[in-house]
Amino acid sequence: MISVESLAAGPLFGLPLAELWFALIFTLLGTFLFLDGFDFGAGAVFATLDDEPARETVLSAIGPFWDGNEVWLVVFGGALFAAFPSVYAGLFSRHYLLMFGILGALILRGLAPEMYEQRHDARWQRWWGRSFVAGSVLAPFLLGAFAGNWLVGSARSFTLVGVVVGATVTALTVVSGAAFLRLKAESALPASVRRIGLGAVAAYLLLVVATLGTLAVRLPGGADALLSVPVLALVVASIALAAGYAAALRRGANLAALASAAGLTYGLVAVVAVVMYPAVDPAAGLTVTEAIVSTLPLNLMSIGAALLLPLVATYFVVLYSAFSGPITAEEAY
Amino acid sequence: MIDPVIASRLQFALTTMVHIIFPVMSMGLAPFLIYFTWRDVRGGDPVYEQLRRFWTKIFAISFVVGTVTGIVLEFEFGTNFAAFATAAGELFGGPLAVEGMMAFMLEATFLGIFVFGRERVSDRLYLVSSVAVGLGTWLSAVWILIANSWMQTPRGYDVVTENGQTIVHLTDPIAAYLNPRFPYMFVHMQNAAVESVALFMAGVAAYYVYRHHVWEYPVENVAFWEKTLKIAIVALLITAPLQVLQGDLYARHVYETQPQKFAAMEAVWDTEAYVPEYIFAIPTDLSQLTDPRAKELFGIGIPGGASWLASGGDPTAEIRGLNSFESSAPPVAIVFWSFRAMVGMGFWFILLAFWGGYRWFTGELFEDGLLHTALMASSLLGILAVELGWVVTEVGRQPWVIQGILKTSAGVSPGLTGTEALITLVGFVGVYATILGLYTYVVARIVREGPPGEDDLESVPRGQDTDDAPASGVAGDD
Repeated sequence: MISVESLAAGPLFGLPLAELWFALIFTLLGTFLFLDGFDFGAGAVFATLDDEPARETVLSAIGPFWDGNEVWLVVFGGALFAAFPSVYAGLFSRHYLLMFGILGALILRGLAPEMYEQRHDARWQRWWGRSFVAGSVLAPFLLGAFAGNWLVGSARSFTLVGVVVGATVTALTVVSGAAFLRLKAESALPASVRRIGLGAVAAYLLLVVATLGTLAVRLPGGADALLSVPVLALVVASIALAAGYAAALRRGANLAALASAAGLTYGLVAVVAVVMYPAVDPAAGLTVTEAIVSTLPLNLMSIGAALLLPLVATYFVVLYSAFSGPITAEEAY
Repeated sequence: MIDPVIASRLQFALTTMVHIIFPVMSMGLAPFLIYFTWRDVRGGDPVYEQLRRFWTKIFAISFVVGTVTGIVLEFEFGTNFAAFATAAGELFGGPLAVEGMMAFMLEATFLGIFVFGRERVSDRLYLVSSVAVGLGTWLSAVWILIANSWMQTPRGYDVVTENGQTIVHLTDPIAAYLNPRFPYMFVHMQNAAVESVALFMAGVAAYYVYRHHVWEYPVENVAFWEKTLKIAIVALLITAPLQVLQGDLYARHVYETQPQKFAAMEAVWDTEAYVPEYIFAIPTDLSQLTDPRAKELFGIGIPGGASWLASGGDPTAEIRGLNSFESSAPPVAIVFWSFRAMVGMGFWFILLAFWGGYRWFTGELFEDGLLHTALMASSLLGILAVELGWVVTEVGRQPWVIQGILKTSAGVSPGLTGTEALITLVGFVGVYATILGLYTYVVARIVREGPPGEDDLESVPRGQDTDDAPASGVAGDD
């Protein structure tokens, strides 16, 4: 039996828990940006479709998944709060209006599909369709802006870096969304979805270049901070993954395309984390080891996460295998 | 410009008071849905498929709205109450993170299967999904109430000042998380959720039963509504008395652990013995409404009742008055009247439960129009009582955000400006009014549409004569 005293004495098994939690926080953010990202991207693709059955198909494709996917954001927030309370407090209050912008976009995105299905008159559906698109595009854009501001330690909500990173993340969600929709409903949706995916991945690469360029100018430490081996390796890997994505989508290997999109998402988040480290709140000048919660709660949280996250992973396996394969025509939302 | 402290508090009050409606609906529906799913999967009576499908629709919309309004609350600790989040993050952040991983993930993933997957998965996995979703909603409450109850009766901590900032350190996790308030709060809240949903079910069902049996209008699927009414009355007969009995223990516990809150609930200003309990208090002028003082109120008081409540049976016991505390009193009028309204409703629900039970016993459950009217009028009162209960809990502990450790005014984000806070407050008033309107609209549509008809049911084999099914639907189960 582990006693409270031993849990308070030092980090569990002498592990570098502060660094592990830093990595976990960004993994959770990446998981959210990938999983809910394809929901957001589906929302962007929705805007390009004007016939009713195709729009219904998009909503049916994300229907069973989006709520579970969104919980990764809740877990990201909770983990940040638990592991780095002062960072959570400082970051969220500093970007006050931005945070509520994100919440507003998520509310719009969550409610709109439910409302869309309530009535079948054209005006009602046009209105909620637009809300769904607006929420789906704004949420990743503002989240990206939040991540960009976090990284450069800006005290303001709207910055150049924020706008560029926001656009990058939005493009990335379209990359994921197109692959997801091809996977779930290749035959029910027009071939334009594939073109959108290919266009989005090209736009994403350009925006990554723009992001790196803006960071080189705006980041304290400038270009030197970016010219490290891990960052360069991640950029090279991203280019390879983007090429792989395009090839897979052309071939109709949609699952491989979706996996490449996942790789791109985790790659982008990893760039942010690598450039930020060892700081965890650059604006407040706090490093990972300074901001980490004290040993006892840290150890408890680590045990909790180690037990619960594998369990959570199995829930997602059960969910995604229950709805594996293309959606059928009868599965209306 | 508005004070950011006031704006933040108003915003938190607004966003929690709207949010709580949706978890009450989903947590309260959970045990019913597990039961309906089990009976449906087992087969035999098609009314259970109707029950499952109809109430799942209401559950699903409640869950979705609860998700989007719930994330707001998690973020508000950081955006608006950064000083609190920094001070108490060690004790408060953990339960929120565990809630996300242990509970919210469970409910949100299995919800996909539960709502969309009946055709996709086996009966067994479908039943497991209903249990997982229901369990998830209740586990969510466990962790959220652990976090809240710790603020009411903090234990297992150490307060230190680091760089001029108050920081609460966790020293004993068992004492902190299994703090004395938690079990009272959990039982009271979960039972309230089931009771509120039972009242809602009874009210909606009573409307259709009334239309059919009293007004003699044609009503489709009347057997379904009759069944719903009976199930709701069974649930009320269990939850309504339990709520009041357990509430009595809870009040005594509040007296022992938060005497200032208890004094506000009873509007006792001077420390006294043999304090009466005003069951019905009637303000005779405006000042008694806005500044109630137990000694001056006109009403029916049970002699020694409040003392009896506080001490657990001694009508002569002394109650500490509000004047005897160092910190300023909470807004007494809000706490005093909310508490009275909640308790009054609690007794009214018991009356409704026994009234319904009695009519059922005498075989007149479907004929008593007055009962149906009372149930219809009470359909939303359970939720109202939950709101008032939380008002007593949260307003009653003011000025403290963590009882005796941190004042609410000291918990607000230091950098927050009045303009920012006002923008989001006004935004939330608009957005949440819209959300409430839309939710009401959707639920009303679902209720108006009623359950799927016999022809649409999967449990009724096609091509078979289904005409005898509705009649046996109710009778077969009694």
